[in-house]
Amino acid sequence: MQKEIKKVLVLGSGALKIGEAGEFDYSGSQALKALKEEGIKTVLINPNIATVQTSEGVADRIYFLPVTPFFVEQVIKKEKPDGILLSFGGQTALNCGLELFNNGILDQHDVKVLGTPVRAIQETEDRQLFSEMLDEIGIKTARSLSATSPEEAIQAAEKIGYPIIIRAAYTLGGQGSGFCHTQEELIQKIHQAFSYSPQVLVEESLRGWKEIEYEVVRDQYDNCITVCNMENFDPLGIHTGESIVVAPSQTLTNREYHKLRQISIDIVKRVGIIGECNVQYALDPQSEDYRVIEVNARLSRSSALASKATGYPLAFVAAKLALGYGLHELKNDITKTTSAFFEPALDYLVVKIPRWDLSKFHGVSREIGSSMKSVGEVMAIGRSFEECIQKGLRMIGLGMHGFVANHELPENKLEDELNNPKDTRVFWIAKAFDQGWTIEEIYNATKIDPWFLSKLKNIHQLKQKLIDFRSIEALDNEFLLDLKKAGFSDFQLARILYDEDDHETIEQRIREIRIYRQAQQIVPYAKQIDTLAAEHPALTNYLYFTYHGDSHDIIFEKDKRSVIVLGSGAYRIGSSVEFDWSAVNAIKTVEQSGYRSVMVNFNPETVSTDYDSCNRLYFDELSLERVLDIVALEDPKGVIVSTGGQIPNTLAMRLQAYNVPLLGTSADSIDMAENRHKFSALLDSLNIDQPAWKELSSIEDIEKFTTEVGFPVLVRPSYVLSGAAMNIVSNQKELRHFLELATQVSKQYPVVVSKFLTDTKEIEFDAVADRGEIIAYALSEHIEFAGVHSGDATIMFPPQKVYVETIRRIKRISRQIAQALNISGPFNIQFLARDNNVKVIECNLRASRSLPFVSKILKTNFITIATKIMLGEKVEKPFKSLFELEYIGVKAPQFSFSRLSKADPILGVDMASTGEVGCIGDDYYEAILKSMLAVGFKIPEKGVLISSGTMRDKIELLNSAKWLADHNFRIYATRGSHLFLKENGIASSLVNWPDVKMYPNALDLIKEKKIDLVINIHKNLSSKELSNDYTIRRAAVDFNIPLISNARLASAFIYSIGIYKLEDLKIKAWDEY
Amino acid sequence: MKDQTYPDAKLVLADGTQIRGKSFGYPSSISGEIVFNTAMTGYPESLTDPSYKGQILVLTYPSIGNYGVPADLINDKLHLFFESEHIHISGLIIADYSEDYNHWNAVKSLGEWLREEKIPALFGVDTRSLTKLIREKGSMPAKIVHGSIDEIPFKDPNKRNLVDEVSTKEVIQYGSGKIKIALVDCGVKNNIIRSLLKFDTTILRVPWDYDFRMLDYDGLFISNGPGNPEKCEATIKHLQSALENEQPIFGICLGHQLLSLAAGAITYKLKFGHRSHNQPVLMHGTQKAYLTSQNHGYAVSEDSIPQKWESWFTNLNDHTNEGIRHQTKPFFSTQFHPEASSGPTDTAFLFNTFIQTIEQCKKK
Repeated sequence: MQKEIKKVLVLGSGALKIGEAGEFDYSGSQALKALKEEGIKTVLINPNIATVQTSEGVADRIYFLPVTPFFVEQVIKKEKPDGILLSFGGQTALNCGLELFNNGILDQHDVKVLGTPVRAIQETEDRQLFSEMLDEIGIKTARSLSATSPEEAIQAAEKIGYPIIIRAAYTLGGQGSGFCHTQEELIQKIHQAFSYSPQVLVEESLRGWKEIEYEVVRDQYDNCITVCNMENFDPLGIHTGESIVVAPSQTLTNREYHKLRQISIDIVKRVGIIGECNVQYALDPQSEDYRVIEVNARLSRSSALASKATGYPLAFVAAKLALGYGLHELKNDITKTTSAFFEPALDYLVVKIPRWDLSKFHGVSREIGSSMKSVGEVMAIGRSFEECIQKGLRMIGLGMHGFVANHELPENKLEDELNNPKDTRVFWIAKAFDQGWTIEEIYNATKIDPWFLSKLKNIHQLKQKLIDFRSIEALDNEFLLDLKKAGFSDFQLARILYDEDDHETIEQRIREIRIYRQAQQIVPYAKQIDTLAAEHPALTNYLYFTYHGDSHDIIFEKDKRSVIVLGSGAYRIGSSVEFDWSAVNAIKTVEQSGYRSVMVNFNPETVSTDYDSCNRLYFDELSLERVLDIVALEDPKGVIVSTGGQIPNTLAMRLQAYNVPLLGTSADSIDMAENRHKFSALLDSLNIDQPAWKELSSIEDIEKFTTEVGFPVLVRPSYVLSGAAMNIVSNQKELRHFLELATQVSKQYPVVVSKFLTDTKEIEFDAVADRGEIIAYALSEHIEFAGVHSGDATIMFPPQKVYVETIRRIKRISRQIAQALNISGPFNIQFLARDNNVKVIECNLRASRSLPFVSKILKTNFITIATKIMLGEKVEKPFKSLFELEYIGVKAPQFSFSRLSKADPILGVDMASTGEVGCIGDDYYEAILKSMLAVGFKIPEKGVLISSGTMRDKIELLNSAKWLADHNFRIYATRGSHLFLKENGIASSLVNWPDVKMYPNALDLIKEKKIDLVINIHKNLSSKELSNDYTIRRAAVDFNIPLISNARLASAFIYSIGIYKLEDLKIKAWDEY
Repeated sequence: MKDQTYPDAKLVLADGTQIRGKSFGYPSSISGEIVFNTAMTGYPESLTDPSYKGQILVLTYPSIGNYGVPADLINDKLHLFFESEHIHISGLIIADYSEDYNHWNAVKSLGEWLREEKIPALFGVDTRSLTKLIREKGSMPAKIVHGSIDEIPFKDPNKRNLVDEVSTKEVIQYGSGKIKIALVDCGVKNNIIRSLLKFDTTILRVPWDYDFRMLDYDGLFISNGPGNPEKCEATIKHLQSALENEQPIFGICLGHQLLSLAAGAITYKLKFGHRSHNQPVLMHGTQKAYLTSQNHGYAVSEDSIPQKWESWFTNLNDHTNEGIRHQTKPFFSTQFHPEASSGPTDTAFLFNTFIQTIEQCKKK
């Protein structure tokens, strides 16, 4: 090293979004740990306040600021770091770093880019340059031509020949990409691709080829290894983030495996990576021909997966290599004795399965393809493909029980479902087997390698054989073991054997099967992930369960000195990194209190599944069956179910039924809060107000109820045909429309209807209680009125505009509820407040989404307090109160609509955001501006388009519109808004609605980029129809123009830009507040 | 669910351990030395590697047979997809068997191939537990039995001259290039010959005890092979006199041990050997580390390397010797397999080094 590195700046990836999720919290945390170990001061910029990496003690200094060149430069000026790491915060950090480098800012401030040199990154990012470079060393890439205009793209496609794939350069996980079979299709898609990037690549289509990835590591001495290879179950054409992926590769011969491995090494050496790099290939299923399709010169989702799949801490090692270490100078972190220069030998398989949440969106296409739509993923470990895939299909948490024994699929055309992959394709393969399709026929439709299909067929055949039996006792042990080895859960066995649907009966059958199985000694065994396939002894605590075994790898202490913390499972809309933060903090507290911490989770994108963050990690299912297995072996002090979100919370009652010791609030209390009827009765008994509601099973009853309480009402069906599960309806006509089209109402599928309150504030109450007494609490206020899901709302803490009397009432009600439920641990209550009338919407006796946010703003770790209470320790009330804070935090949602082609980017009662940020300001406006900039908003400079809904919205926006006009912003407005503004003396240019084919038209202005902020407030609370409003909103998203669809948020944003210029925003670290 | 039904059979170890499995190979009972390999690919290559002669092989990767078995195509006297003409292991132990395979070059399943070659094999074994046992107790005699556990006795194959069993019985010539290489076949893998034929070479493959001193060669190559190196007295004796000359010598695996013995070093048996694709080695005096493919049960004692010789490579995991070279003369050898097949190809450049050394010596 020429210059001594004493202080390093690390860039995070910001809010979680589709294509950039929790994996970067994991890699950033690992990098920070590696730097800290070397005594280097670390500075982290990441506005994602719910992450583990932004927790106390991980980095020396944390800035909750947007990861954009402007803010990073300000931090550099202030902190004067010696070096910067660009490759641990995804594409966001990399793009930001490249821009700073290109602008000469890093040089100017003498900040050295550690790890892979920028030149090398640039070579890999520019596809044209990259293909040329590989061509020079005789490595094949997909034939590709770059184009800077649609005309050039069409010419390029003709040269290469259809089918082709187009990709926008420099984008996250395939935005603006797509297959085109004809010129017409190309013309359709090319404009959108150019909206993401000035350069678009036109490439030969390799649809149906195998997709293989290698994770490569290289040090400054040119030592190079491939830590892991992975094979996609879905052939090329489906983004690797959308594919089921298996590690290591299953269908490659040694020649193929090592040919691609050697090429990976040749590429990485040629590029000059120092650290980690991912190489993706297409491999011909009929020969050894291949193409390199992509190289990522940074930590990626795949590298996080590879780390978890192998036990090799890629990000940690990459950070060490960036500091100048050689691989041979580092130790294998698992064995502690062998070298880090090695390639893990797996004696198990892992299967990754994406988790989609497409049902949360209106209008989105369910087809999966070359751009990413999934919001999370799971990883299943086992010793056969059958075992892994069935575990994994349960883990994704979509109500599926494995490959077979699931609910009937809707009536769709099987052929279409197989040919045009959608989020549920794998289950259609089961259906195809049901209907007698052969492996060859399924292969022809799907191009999924017949080896994978034959494994799925094994599962199906076992099910077919099982159908003929009528009781568990009728099975011989060998057959029962074969079933368990193939990943069948006790639930699946119960459903197939007894063919019963009643919840309680099934529960009883599961219990009988469990007891019988244990009596026959058919039980799973805990095996270690030790990186060397048992060749060297390893004291590793990283474990999974398999039925392909006859002994455990470890000895269980059974001394009641361990505490099991259940994790959150797959990230999904509504449950994400915040529960990882909670779980990790719970683990830490467990250890600090002198117990051994035991983590159960299966999400590879998390810090909680880093074997280094707990005393023992079971990377396995969060199912009743598996948790009971673990509890039986561990014999722990107890199980914590309240820090991992909804999955563990839901298990509480079932675990209690098996006498599992639960720590904290009792299962009965949890049930009372979860069960709508019981909770409502509780509130009534405490004289606590709640919005009127009823569970109803006929349209007549629903209409009668709405006559009583009046419109609008919130309707929650228990059976959904299409679209979102919940809806607000404003009149009889809308109600009928919704009930008839979108749902089914019957005794079996009742509908919950509740009175919806307009113009009402929503307030979150997060707290920790000890045996019913509140120990710590935080109140935060939504900027948007009720009607926007709390996960999509912009939230300020402490509250700024809530009456003191309202706060007093909320505290009193919360105390009553805490006492009534005898809460010990974390909980969250959501309130509605209007004119000091306070109503309770719901109460969760677990850590909430907003808990890391309020904990970090208040600098009081609620989880630490809660965990101590759950462990039975006496905890003092913290001194700090939210009323003494001299600063404000604002939490803002991150949406990923640009990834979800055709989805209506609208806020409603169902959550749609995929992530969030939390920023701090000296006042409300500074905090809101910082947080909105951190989720991708830009201060407008050109023109603002206003098309505002109701009169109330128009009035709400009047002052902000006036400010915009006074400050020479060009306001464009659709007819109604234009007239209203005119009446109130504000000039605006009238633009036509998209369906009026006359210039100036809103759509044209968006396409021409004459507008750099769109404010579109929908009029109608329920209309989901494709409409002018939809067209405007969607165009804003597709052309990457910031969109606000809530009037209160819009005016808050415009007030903020009125008060603050970018330069005025304070560059203050967390510890400076 | 498997289409076929497979009979039960047992693996019995010399320490008394009995493990039940399903027999999917040839239904005969055999004995051998039990060893494990942690590679994740390459069962056709491993099974045909003559170095496994006499051994019952445990594969730690749990899903085996996935891509079937290719046709035995022969190109210029060499097997295109195999390392020799036959399976050499005595028996195979795996966890999960894929009877349904898929690959464009596959013509039969692993089970069919094993039955054709009369090799017994078991699946359904907890190969991880078994590997841990071998790691702790060392490689040991074992047997696969289809009937009574006493139907055959344990036998230690290392007491046999395994090299003699696998070595060629006649001299075979490959290629017709300018550089003449005498290749002493102690159980040579085809890929070593393929690797040497990439250069302008003529290769004379001779039996292990052939007196190669009679040949006119530019370079001498000593191949890999099975068993205890001390059994190859004839080769060692011939090598000792070759060390008096100046022609380059390159040895791999057993060839490395034989060269070391000829030079005066000592070999010893490792507890459970190195059989994997992920053995890291460091080249002495450099920061260069390489990942190597290995398959050996014996090793050269690093402390016994005689004067005028030096350690060339060392294993980064257990610090055992991985190669030696002469300080002044063109003699060198590696414990690992630069020819890979199966395994990583990082050290293929050593064949280049060998050929270049020969060319330089020829110029002199």
